[in-house]
Amino acid sequence: MSELEYDDALIAGILERTETIAMVGASSNWVRPSHFAMKYLQSKGYRVIPVNPREAGAMLLGEPVYADLASIPDQFQMVDIFRNSEAAGGIADEAAAIKDKGIDVIWMQLGVRNDEAAMRAEAAGLTVIMDRCPKIEYGRLYGELSWSGVNSRIISAKRPRLMQRTQRRG
Amino acid sequence: MADRGKHQTGFGFETRAIHAGARPEPVTGARNTPIYQTTSYVFEDAEHAADLFNLSRFGFIYSRLTNPTVSVLEERVASLENGRAAVAAASGHAAQFLTFFTLLEPGDEFVSSRNLYGGSLTQFGLSFKKLGWTCHFVDGTDPENFRRAITPNTKALFLEVLANPGGIIIDLEKVVEIGNEAGIPVIVDNTMASPYLHQPLEWGADIVIHSTTKYLSGHGTSMGGVLVESGKFDWMKDGKFPSMTEPEPAYHGLTFYETFGDFGFTTKARAVALRDFGPAQSPMNAFMTITGIETLHLRMERHVANAQVIAEYLEGHEKVAWVSYAGLKSSPYRELAQKYLPKGPGAVFTFGLKGGYEAGVRVVETVELFSHLANVGDTRSLIIHPASTTHRQLSPEQQIAAGAGPDVIRLSVGLESVEDLLRDLDQALG
Repeated sequence: MSELEYDDALIAGILERTETIAMVGASSNWVRPSHFAMKYLQSKGYRVIPVNPREAGAMLLGEPVYADLASIPDQFQMVDIFRNSEAAGGIADEAAAIKDKGIDVIWMQLGVRNDEAAMRAEAAGLTVIMDRCPKIEYGRLYGELSWSGVNSRIISAKRPRLMQRTQRRG
Repeated sequence: MADRGKHQTGFGFETRAIHAGARPEPVTGARNTPIYQTTSYVFEDAEHAADLFNLSRFGFIYSRLTNPTVSVLEERVASLENGRAAVAAASGHAAQFLTFFTLLEPGDEFVSSRNLYGGSLTQFGLSFKKLGWTCHFVDGTDPENFRRAITPNTKALFLEVLANPGGIIIDLEKVVEIGNEAGIPVIVDNTMASPYLHQPLEWGADIVIHSTTKYLSGHGTSMGGVLVESGKFDWMKDGKFPSMTEPEPAYHGLTFYETFGDFGFTTKARAVALRDFGPAQSPMNAFMTITGIETLHLRMERHVANAQVIAEYLEGHEKVAWVSYAGLKSSPYRELAQKYLPKGPGAVFTFGLKGGYEAGVRVVETVELFSHLANVGDTRSLIIHPASTTHRQLSPEQQIAAGAGPDVIRLSVGLESVEDLLRDLDQALG
């Protein structure tokens, strides 16, 4: 487990209010983790806009790929970063500079952590999650990860509501 | 979408023993976990099927890989061990195989304490050899022996903290230090203690294995095994574990550690080792084991209390040469027991008779209430002569080294009235 701890309610709140995610480092190579995550999040009803300068202009899982965050014409609430920790700092700064596009969350993937960039982004009013994967957190909080024997740390005697394939909110 | 339950932090062991992994069934509201006695699961469409096979979506395909009843058992044991994730298998031996297949390449080595269940000594020492894996056995009662046996090809350290056939406790914290320095995971078979008495991950171990056949199922009904990963081991650090950090040819080039992070080890053990070798746990056995775990805390308290009474009785008996139970004041392991197993050092232990082999055989054949069989961790009290049974495949030297010499009797103290157990031993000792 990561050294960073985030309250379940914080993570769930982000996953529930977010509608569109800009995924930096989204790959067209289907065995890459970013491709897995993009496809999974789409299946849960999120719109995922891929950002990857090497693939700019191409289509990926039905979405046009943009060279950088600033080139995205639409509003998006979360920036999900599949880059190394150092590069993640610059992307977080870029996101903070254009936060009027509706951005309120910077999310750095598993193994990605940049504390200084996180402090700058938080000072700019953004919420920062690091060293986590939204696909894994979604699966953990809504029960799917338990199917793979993962300790979800959820205990409840309440009857869960049925999951719909493309339904997102709890 | 499912509404969220409370965060587990703060829930006690007993609550988790009953609830972890098992919310009410969403379709019917069934409160107890249903036995999903099915081999396979209908796909929503072709893309859903492809995503499941590619591991890009979570879901059920085929019960050799995952089954909803077995998943509850996996999450429950992961929770009780404070681990990140678990994989169940058909037996404890199968869980060990899945673990080492995921860790090792041909030519790799590992170091194991020699104070182990006899079946593990045979699996590691003989059968694993055919796969190109070498196990070096050491006397784990001096943890430095682990360090001395490590070579550049050593990929893991293995031990039972509370060792079978009983009485010996290995200083886990020191073994963990040695493992950390070498950059290799420490694996603990925690079967004899159960997570109620001891939690190896809390002392820095990286992987825990159980034969759930014993205390977890608890009633002598169901075979099973499970492996739990802490999620804290850095598989990338020294490049020693290509199976975790390099693209996997048996899974279209997927890199498991990068993709699944802190549950990458169990994901790979399931997606490759369980898939390709097939020792899946049956849903029926998982159901029996889940039910057993719900009373683990109550049973272990009584197991330990009965064992203490019987060990003290035997120690005072004129025909008994020695008793090896870490709960006795005379035990050299009493201090380690208080450190690692403060609720009691288990309920399996050995004793020797002054009459040696002959007297041992007579006791095993004369008891009425103790069952003469090869298992531990049943509600019933069990008795066995390890040298002629569980440790039979070993040489006389290995038997003695494993604490299973010719004069040794092993007891697994059950949950009967302790007065009845004492009376039975009394008449059998004569």
